[in-house]
Amino acid sequence: MKIEKGTLLEMYKRMNEARVFEEKVSYFFARGMVHGTTHLSIGEEASGVAASMALNEEDLIAATHRGHSQVIGKGIDLNRMMAELLGKVTGYCKGKGGSMHIADVDAGNLGANGVVGGGHGIAVGAALTQQIKKSGRVVLCFFGDGAANEGSFHEALNLASVWKLPVIFYCENNLYGMSTPISKHMNIEDIAKRSSSYGIPGYIVDGNDAIAVYQRVKEGAEYVRKGKGPILIESKTYRWVGHSKSDANVYRTKEEIEEWKKKCPIKRLKKYLLEKKVLREDEIEAIEKKVIYDIEASVEFANNSENPPIESLLEDVYG
Amino acid sequence: MGRGGKRMKEMTYAEAIREAMSEEMRRDEDVIFIGQDIGLYGGAFGVSVGMFEEFGEERVRDTPISEAVIAGAATGAAVTGLRPIAEIMFMDFTTIAMDAIVNQAAKIRYMFGGKARVPMVLRCPAGSGTGAAAQHSQSLEAWFCHVPGLKVVAPSTPADAKGLLKAAIRDDNPVIFVEQKLLYKKKCRIPDDEDLIIPLGKADIKREGGDVTIVTYGRMVEKVLNVAQEVAKEGINVEVVDPRTLVPLDKETIINSVIKTGRVIVINEAVKTGGYAGEIAAIITESEAFDYLDAPVLRLAGKDVPIPYNPELEKAVIPSEGDIKEAIYRVMNR
Repeated sequence: MKIEKGTLLEMYKRMNEARVFEEKVSYFFARGMVHGTTHLSIGEEASGVAASMALNEEDLIAATHRGHSQVIGKGIDLNRMMAELLGKVTGYCKGKGGSMHIADVDAGNLGANGVVGGGHGIAVGAALTQQIKKSGRVVLCFFGDGAANEGSFHEALNLASVWKLPVIFYCENNLYGMSTPISKHMNIEDIAKRSSSYGIPGYIVDGNDAIAVYQRVKEGAEYVRKGKGPILIESKTYRWVGHSKSDANVYRTKEEIEEWKKKCPIKRLKKYLLEKKVLREDEIEAIEKKVIYDIEASVEFANNSENPPIESLLEDVYG
Repeated sequence: MGRGGKRMKEMTYAEAIREAMSEEMRRDEDVIFIGQDIGLYGGAFGVSVGMFEEFGEERVRDTPISEAVIAGAATGAAVTGLRPIAEIMFMDFTTIAMDAIVNQAAKIRYMFGGKARVPMVLRCPAGSGTGAAAQHSQSLEAWFCHVPGLKVVAPSTPADAKGLLKAAIRDDNPVIFVEQKLLYKKKCRIPDDEDLIIPLGKADIKREGGDVTIVTYGRMVEKVLNVAQEVAKEGINVEVVDPRTLVPLDKETIINSVIKTGRVIVINEAVKTGGYAGEIAAIITESEAFDYLDAPVLRLAGKDVPIPYNPELEKAVIPSEGDIKEAIYRVMNR
């Protein structure tokens, strides 16, 4: 499958956006400049960005608590995203959602989810809508290895399979459910194998290879779009940083983390783009500079935005 | 002909619910119905008999026994443009669907800054009296009243069931629709009217009286009306206020009635501790009605036990007509 130059360029840009965005967020959290918590996807940018980018614009995603790369891949206004993390009224959720709930339903982002496995049912329902309305749209349901052990995983895959719903279940297996290694929370290595229980295809993809992720999801989307039912894709990846801001990484070694840093998905894509002469060194540099500029601009936008007025506290409980 | 010259027809509570769903499904193709055995089988309580034949398997969908994804899929479908009705075969089984209901459906609108709608109805057959024991007999409405973002409806008559369900289906919020199973076969004459809509949040005074207010809903309404008729012979005039919708609650009608009578008993079938009767009682005592009270606010509710199997034990859990009468005497100082 040939990927257009424009798509590759955008992919590289969005992966950089995710990285720089999260580094900035991490900096803010470390200095107590924002409250609450956040779950960073540093190291998982190919898995999130390339998967979302493989969809058509009108397709939908259900994201996770570690969803910054996923929603940036879908295409998002960085200003409003940064504003949401800083709790500002200009944010996607008017400052009421924060990092774990970035959503833009009209644009096809059904929301990041604070509950592990919480998006499974929502994705299935969204796919039901597409089937009934014959919209031709598909739903990409992100979840992690931890969520593959939730009951909702089983119920959702089973129902989607029985009803042949247009949904891609996309498991980002980053090898740890918070601190618990996958070897201690399931007796198999490949979550994709679980697809056989539901009579649907299962695939494994190298989640640090943006090109492979893009191609796998794109092919998968075409399959489910034809009404053949759901598929399960397992993307093998790794988060370089802790589960959340309070994580001291006591459950894994520095060596392991360093090993995975060598498999940096952004460097890997850069190498590919240069080797295949898709982009020149100066073009790459221009993208990277632009991203840094855009993230700084998003911080400025967020800082200059107002906090939500106290009167908004009781608004929007009911529609 | 009924009041206002409208044609009337007799139907059961179950038929009224079926008619409400069917009319709304004919009116709006975005309304779909999902649940366990609701299709050809017609639902565990026969509520949806014939709907599968009329609307087909696309819009009346049997699901696996998977409450979590029934509620989750309803939520996802609602957010993306359908108006799903989901039947949870027994309200007891909402326990398996709680994440979807409480963390997802109830929160989505607020959490997303008002930029999503979640128009869905979860129909929940509830209550005891069927001999189904502890896991098929609960009245769990208070749990859902405790979660901002959910609306909770508990109709007591076929007419209310029809009008409120139609309003619930048209509402843009997740609605927990509590159907007490023992009401399914109750009949009454209801207006033969496709536009019979009863707005959510509007109480109904089921009987007017000046001596004591009884606030109650669901199956207890009929018992209270029976007792009211009896004590009227002794000169005690009971006003029966049926809130019909627990969230939003028509506080004004309740408070005004208590101001008028000066005495109030709040009754629910659910267990007493943490029950919604306690919430209503607190609302009354916090309101201006407090100054008009001639007796303490009294609660009457189910015993704090799981529902037992033996029919005599089961009956003893729920306030009886005798209990209601005694409570009336108590607040009347007789």
